[in-house]
Amino acid sequence: MASASYLRLKQASVLPGFGVTLGYTLLYLGLLVLLPLGALVVKASGIGITGIAATATDPRVAAALETSFSISLLAAGVASLFGLLIAWVLTRYDFPGRKLLDAIVDLPFALPTAVAGIALAALYAPNGWVGSLLEPLGLKVAYTPLGIFVALVFIGLPFTVRTVQPLITEIENELEEASSTLGATRWRTLWSVLLPPLLPGVLTGFALAFARAVGEYGSVIFIAGNLPYVSEIAPLLIVIKLSEYDYTGATVIATIMLAISFSVLLLINLIQAWSRKRFGYV
Amino acid sequence: MSDLSAALALPVSSQQSVVTEKKPIRWLAISIALVFLLLFLVLPLVVVFVEAFRRGLEGFLAAFQEADALAAIRLTMTVAAIAVPLNVVFGLMASWAIAKFEFKGKSLLITLIDLPFSVSPVVSGLIYLLLFGAQGLFGPWLMAHGIKIAFALPGIVLATIFVTFPFVARQLIPLMQEQGTAEEEAALTLGASGWRTFLKVTLPNIKWGLLYGVLLCNARAMGEFGAVSVVSGHIRGLTNTIPLHVEILYNEYNFVAAFAVSSLLAGLALVTLALKSFLEWRHGADLASGTHR
Amino acid sequence: MEPISPVARIAEQGQAVDIRVADVTKVFAGSAALHDVNLTVRPGELLALLGPSGSGKTTLLRVIAGLAQADRGQVFFGGSDATRLPVQKRQVGFVFQHYALFKHMSVADNVAYGLKVRERANRPSKSEIQRRVSELLDLVQLSGFDNRFPAQLSGGQRQRVALARALAVEPRVLLLDEPFGALDAKVRKDLRAWLRDIHERTGKTTVFVTHDQDEALELADRVAVLNQGRLEQVGSPDDVQDHPATPFVMTFLGQAARFNAEIRDGRVLVNGKPAPVAAPKSTIGQASLYCRPWHLKPVPAGHGYHQGIVSGIRRLGSMRRIEVSQADGKKLEVEVALVTNLSVGEEIGLDILDGVIFRDG
Repeated sequence: MASASYLRLKQASVLPGFGVTLGYTLLYLGLLVLLPLGALVVKASGIGITGIAATATDPRVAAALETSFSISLLAAGVASLFGLLIAWVLTRYDFPGRKLLDAIVDLPFALPTAVAGIALAALYAPNGWVGSLLEPLGLKVAYTPLGIFVALVFIGLPFTVRTVQPLITEIENELEEASSTLGATRWRTLWSVLLPPLLPGVLTGFALAFARAVGEYGSVIFIAGNLPYVSEIAPLLIVIKLSEYDYTGATVIATIMLAISFSVLLLINLIQAWSRKRFGYV
Repeated sequence: MSDLSAALALPVSSQQSVVTEKKPIRWLAISIALVFLLLFLVLPLVVVFVEAFRRGLEGFLAAFQEADALAAIRLTMTVAAIAVPLNVVFGLMASWAIAKFEFKGKSLLITLIDLPFSVSPVVSGLIYLLLFGAQGLFGPWLMAHGIKIAFALPGIVLATIFVTFPFVARQLIPLMQEQGTAEEEAALTLGASGWRTFLKVTLPNIKWGLLYGVLLCNARAMGEFGAVSVVSGHIRGLTNTIPLHVEILYNEYNFVAAFAVSSLLAGLALVTLALKSFLEWRHGADLASGTHR
Repeated sequence: MEPISPVARIAEQGQAVDIRVADVTKVFAGSAALHDVNLTVRPGELLALLGPSGSGKTTLLRVIAGLAQADRGQVFFGGSDATRLPVQKRQVGFVFQHYALFKHMSVADNVAYGLKVRERANRPSKSEIQRRVSELLDLVQLSGFDNRFPAQLSGGQRQRVALARALAVEPRVLLLDEPFGALDAKVRKDLRAWLRDIHERTGKTTVFVTHDQDEALELADRVAVLNQGRLEQVGSPDDVQDHPATPFVMTFLGQAARFNAEIRDGRVLVNGKPAPVAAPKSTIGQASLYCRPWHLKPVPAGHGYHQGIVSGIRRLGSMRRIEVSQADGKKLEVEVALVTNLSVGEEIGLDILDGVIFRDG
């Protein structure tokens, strides 16, 4: 019975193992990912809309959500801008040390967030290497919202670089040459011919960096200062609620965060589908 | 004609290519990229090692003579030793089903596999507490039977599996899709069994991608902080992993020890990156590109 | 054809400029080089740059356009030295092999691009740009395609958009790189006739690159044959076919069999027998005689200049080609009438009716 139902779902193939591998995949996915996420949904629906609204409008929760989302937006934006520049430089220009820099872009993927957190805090603290240079300028980074921003740019950068880089590699030189034979200056070519095809990639990178930034915990808490209403991020508030055994409060904040980051990911997929349909590329 | 003569008067560098920017612009862009990467990526990495050795080799080594540090290292290795193989088996299974067969709902399945990437680590820990915590769905039942999951090793393992769930699968799916099914079909027509075909045909084709996926999965498993922090309960010497131990040391202002222990994980990250670069250099075609999400 | 064709008017306003390439040399690592190339493109003509891949024909086109810089030598546009003129100021219309259409722009925006990027002082008004775009789309028979995107067009349609885009800037010269290279055979044929027609209507000086001798000979007013970065010959299609300047031109433009020959006493000797080919005056010594399939005739075995065995017979339009294997293993082709009593495996002799002689060395 079971074999008959998957045969209809899948196209004929001579390769073996479809039933076993798909079955295992679904079981593993179901038990380890979907069931726990389901628990969150069950818990959240038990609380109900009014309960969620009550917690969400609590001033401290609202302030933490606002801090998380606004600084994440800003950080993802800055990471996208510099990510585009870095991707361009790493792909288009040749200079000594290029390969090394290219490799180091992935560092935030591989470096544990707690390590990144204490390193950034040490670096940008008033007595740190960079912090001590900024302090005379009146710029305090560590233990302020600016510190959160620095940590989130660090976390987001590889996403923004790595989503645009393949698109830059794919640009055909003929496009630039065509633009210049038609009389366009280099700036005009960059702006009108080369940049637009990169935008879907920049947008994807931005959304990924943003989604990651909103949920980021380890690299932020050491440098943030964690002052309620000022530099307290939503994930930290979840941890605080949990340590107070307030599972309801923690669930509400988590639900709101998940809802927003899933909407962002859905938006990216829609943009990509639209771009593929219209221009024939992502 | 006049605009031609006017233009002719302008000196133009004969080596100016139309497909790149002028040299000063290029150098400006390179400088900005360099400074940015230095401030945000290179210096944080350097600072870890400098701070770790601030009191010399002795200070560095002292951090590892503490019983709690050794317990944390042991726990982290145990967790990775359970979580990584499980995710590797899952990754191989999932990528075989997804890359080698056409079926309905495939893109939904891929989206679901990616799901843990977009869940905050803290939330990843929270959902297991909601299942297995004292107030959780199965909490009372587990308590009645004397099984401890939350604030114990099983909880830490589960949270780690969740956080590193997509790594191997994500690395293998595009790679296997690129390679198609022709070679496997050929092996089967030559009479090889399905299992043998996988071992002798598929596995050699994906080994480098698999290796990188495993390494990345391992680096993240050993370094996971947020999710583990929520489910572990921070019991010193019992449920503290390396990153949690770093946090405690740092909060106790024991900076040298915090950075010394951190340097272990930073070193692991560097090895992972170096291996990735090496694999891309040596086996570029066998590593699927742009698979980071 | 139509005297009021808008683009023809544009062409009359723009001055007809000839292009001269003088002693151009370019050395590359790995890519096709150019060695002392001299070439003049006459106003209003359709010139083909013909050669095998790696012969430097595309490089030459790019040097003319300013997309590549020559290491030595000069490029003149209508008497002015344009060697150091940047590509933006050269006013060339370049059609790329893969069209290089801007994928994120509609057809209309692609065609209008060259006008829109002009400095404010020289930029036509919005309505003027719109008018020109629709004129050009008319010319390339793509009216009504304004709002399509390149991804929604066929290869032939993309090619035509690329041409309209190049014509929009009123170029002094139109340069086309393998204009039909990426299209299938049927579309190629149609586009050839259509390109000839456009050229007649616009009168635009046009240079196109091709590796296909049929295409060059059918379309061009003159053909420039390149080989290994050197210009072998420039001439009308009849010239290059009937009076090839070098053995390379002879063999590149069609089937040709080579025979060892000797020039002595004002006569051409093949295997010691005088052949009916005029000997170059006052030359003497070893030479090569090249014969087209129709320069040869099968005769009974033991007769003629050479002996061979018929190793294949196939039909070619209203004639037949027989393949003849010679004793040294080399094969050559001979054209015979449709009705023939030759059969595969038969030993035959070969008579030489005509050919082109080149001194060796």
